[in-house]
Amino acid sequence: MNMVVEAGVIKQHLIDPEICIRCNTCEATCPIGAITHDDNNYVVRADVCNGCMACISPCPTGSIDNWRTVPMARAYSIEEQLTWEELPAELTTEQLAGEGVSPSAAEAVEAPATAATQSAATAEPGTVPFNSSAFGATMPPWSAAHAYTNLFSPKKATSATVVGNFNCTEAGFDSQTHHVVLDFGTMPFPVLEGQSIGIVPPGTDAMGRAHQPRQYSVASARNGERPGYNNLSLTVKRVTEDHVGNAVQGIASNYVCDLKVGDKVTVVGPFGSTFLMPNHPRSHIVMICTGTGSAPMRAMTEWRRRLRKSGKFEGGKLLLFFGARTQQELPYFGPLQSLPKDFIDINFAFSRTPNQPKRYVQDLMRERAADLVALLKDEQSHFFVCGLKSMEEGVVLALRDVAQEAGLDWETVGAGLKREGRLHLETY
Amino acid sequence: MSTVNYSEKIPNNVNLGEDRTLQRALEGWQPNFINWWDDVGPDGSTDHDVYLRTAVSVDPQGWAQFGHVKMRDYRWGIFLNPGDANREIHFGDHKGEKAWQDVPGEHRANLKRIIVTQGDTEPASVEQQRHLGLTAPSMYDLRNLYQINVEEGRHLWAMVYLLHKHFGRDGREEAEALLQRTSGDVDNPRILGAFNEKTPDWLAFFMFTYFTDRDGKFQLSALAESAFDPLARTTKFMLTEEAHHMFVGESGVSRVLSRTAAVMNELKTEDAGLIRAAGAIDLGTIQRYLNFHYSVTIDLFGADQSSNAAIFYSSGLKGRYEEGKRGDDHILKGQTYKILEVQNGQLQEKDVPMLNALNEVLRDDFIKDSVAGVGRWNKVLEKAGIPTRLVVPHKAFNRQIGALAGIKMSPLGVVVNEVEWAAKKNEWLPTPGDFAFVASLMGRVVDPGKFAGWIAPPVMGVNRQPVDFEYVRFN
Repeated sequence: MNMVVEAGVIKQHLIDPEICIRCNTCEATCPIGAITHDDNNYVVRADVCNGCMACISPCPTGSIDNWRTVPMARAYSIEEQLTWEELPAELTTEQLAGEGVSPSAAEAVEAPATAATQSAATAEPGTVPFNSSAFGATMPPWSAAHAYTNLFSPKKATSATVVGNFNCTEAGFDSQTHHVVLDFGTMPFPVLEGQSIGIVPPGTDAMGRAHQPRQYSVASARNGERPGYNNLSLTVKRVTEDHVGNAVQGIASNYVCDLKVGDKVTVVGPFGSTFLMPNHPRSHIVMICTGTGSAPMRAMTEWRRRLRKSGKFEGGKLLLFFGARTQQELPYFGPLQSLPKDFIDINFAFSRTPNQPKRYVQDLMRERAADLVALLKDEQSHFFVCGLKSMEEGVVLALRDVAQEAGLDWETVGAGLKREGRLHLETY
Repeated sequence: MSTVNYSEKIPNNVNLGEDRTLQRALEGWQPNFINWWDDVGPDGSTDHDVYLRTAVSVDPQGWAQFGHVKMRDYRWGIFLNPGDANREIHFGDHKGEKAWQDVPGEHRANLKRIIVTQGDTEPASVEQQRHLGLTAPSMYDLRNLYQINVEEGRHLWAMVYLLHKHFGRDGREEAEALLQRTSGDVDNPRILGAFNEKTPDWLAFFMFTYFTDRDGKFQLSALAESAFDPLARTTKFMLTEEAHHMFVGESGVSRVLSRTAAVMNELKTEDAGLIRAAGAIDLGTIQRYLNFHYSVTIDLFGADQSSNAAIFYSSGLKGRYEEGKRGDDHILKGQTYKILEVQNGQLQEKDVPMLNALNEVLRDDFIKDSVAGVGRWNKVLEKAGIPTRLVVPHKAFNRQIGALAGIKMSPLGVVVNEVEWAAKKNEWLPTPGDFAFVASLMGRVVDPGKFAGWIAPPVMGVNRQPVDFEYVRFN
């Protein structure tokens, strides 16, 4: 949305010329004539587009859903866009700073509300496609600690030393997942549970360019994997096949999984200022995850465990829904089993256990509807979802159904969760 | 006779629930449609739950509702884009008059012919593609095929609605006939040639959806300008779906090229035999498929000189592509346009009255659009460091309709004799060997996230779902 927020920064709406098939649907749909074309490209006028999102769902390719944070004065012109063969990269924090845009201003330019959310209020029930991401909060919980972000950029990266690296799934299974501990020595690198960091693999890609940083969620509590040390842990799955099943070596994941104790790694970040745990003692946390999406859940659980051990925390419930293909592929399965039942309520869903029906996290959520309803009614409850993108819709739909079956109005409940920073979605 | 709950089963914005006459007409037609779907619709698809996009209204939020649906239960809807009560005819002899909400008697025959011809192509595509589900290269592609199938079905509904609503008994008979003709049938074929060709394999399917559905885009765009307002509004909405069909074609060929380029780079060879042996489709074969589908498709625009085209335009039935954006007088009398003809063994241009050349005008708009997309395919090769480029053959190559019909012509536009044509034909058009080779690659791959070896995975999944999403559930 080309909405001016602060310091003349906009999220400029752009079309990816590499994916666009020039079918004219966007131009025909746009109600205010913000889209135009020549023989080469379809482009959006930054000064006309009001981010109404009418063009998004009719686009058959997905090329239309691209946004870049730019200083308004430097918005890409029509003439410029018409010559593009590919989309320009996102401006870095430094480039934005060079244009007088502070990181906070850039971050404040919110992603546009989706078309589905906008229409939800007016359309007839059942006629609007369900859009789970519309319910995701863009605010942290009120009692979250302040998060530092972007202390280290790719141009000004820092380094950390590997002080631990082991496989935290059962050896010999497909989804080898490593628990990696990084130590920052005396370099300031404050992180909170729910934040992520970027690791830059050494070397260059086939085009001779430096590798892009790969982002990983922090799996340890705020005071370190080892309490009182300036270190943190990550949960990294070794990628050995691409999304279509062809054998492939994931560059960053294999690099990280193969790190030896004593190795130095290049780190950027930290990132994330909304997917943060609530800190007030009566807050309940419902965690729903798959695979390495467990990293932030492990971090939050561990911080709560330490608080409880120190006698500083009472009350708030912890409820975990954790999905994997099999028990053997579940990271941290052993340690999770040893947590006291009165501390955390754990529900596992396995989708590929031989001779067992497939079970997904949303199936478990429906089974636990009675408990979830109580939590949905409680304003102290926070919901965190992290894992594969394909789970997101099912999970939010399960929440919706649980609410509706209990006679709650989901639009009200869902809107409240979003507004109050109590439903957080981080899927990939 | 089955009855249909129109407000629930058929999403529509034409007040179907309260139009008794129309209801009765559709009640007669709908079971025949389902029978047709069962008989010659997508083969072996009945029990699958497919992740389909269904339109439930014409606003941007309502026309893309995603969910797993059985194809037979798809909600084929009837939609007209929102109307403007004061819309004026903006071209031809009636320019400036109010657009027609009903069919004027003097244009009835021509309008019916236009609608029937358009309507006939929709079930024809489904028939041409009916076997492809059995050889889909991935679950993602299978879903895209099925999406196209149901939308072609919906486009048929759109045309049948117009026939039933505005053409009385004649309309009902024509609507019946749409379900009786069959693509490639010797006795009762589809009206247009390209829609009786076979679509034997997925490369042909991608070429078809790239070129032939693009013909659909230009024909529908021309009809979307029509003075007959219901036709204009219906076709405008159909265009949004046609875009997906072209996307399947463009990205499909692009992914084939990407895979071929990867194999060429891996083996460091341009040898078609080695590339084929590695299970990829060589660029020569792709070029020959392109030559065939392009030349067959440009025939769909009709003869280069046509008095019908002139009548359709002057009477306001069918405009030009982007009529409203053109800066001329929109009447076109006394203007000329250049068309091609062969004189003394040489191609040459000739000026003819613009009104008679409107098929050629639309064909040239199509050609420009097609060529640009082929340029985008070439970028795939360019990026992979492959020096070969695909080219669109000359407009006069392999034509069966109009002044160029039957003239033997090389893809570069040089007139050749029978002997040269016979000697070179196999370099220019797909050979039985090409079809046999491509057919040999067609094995069904339907595990989520897996793809046949001759095609690369797509850049992104449907509706931002992951590529390994369960797009089709086999029950």
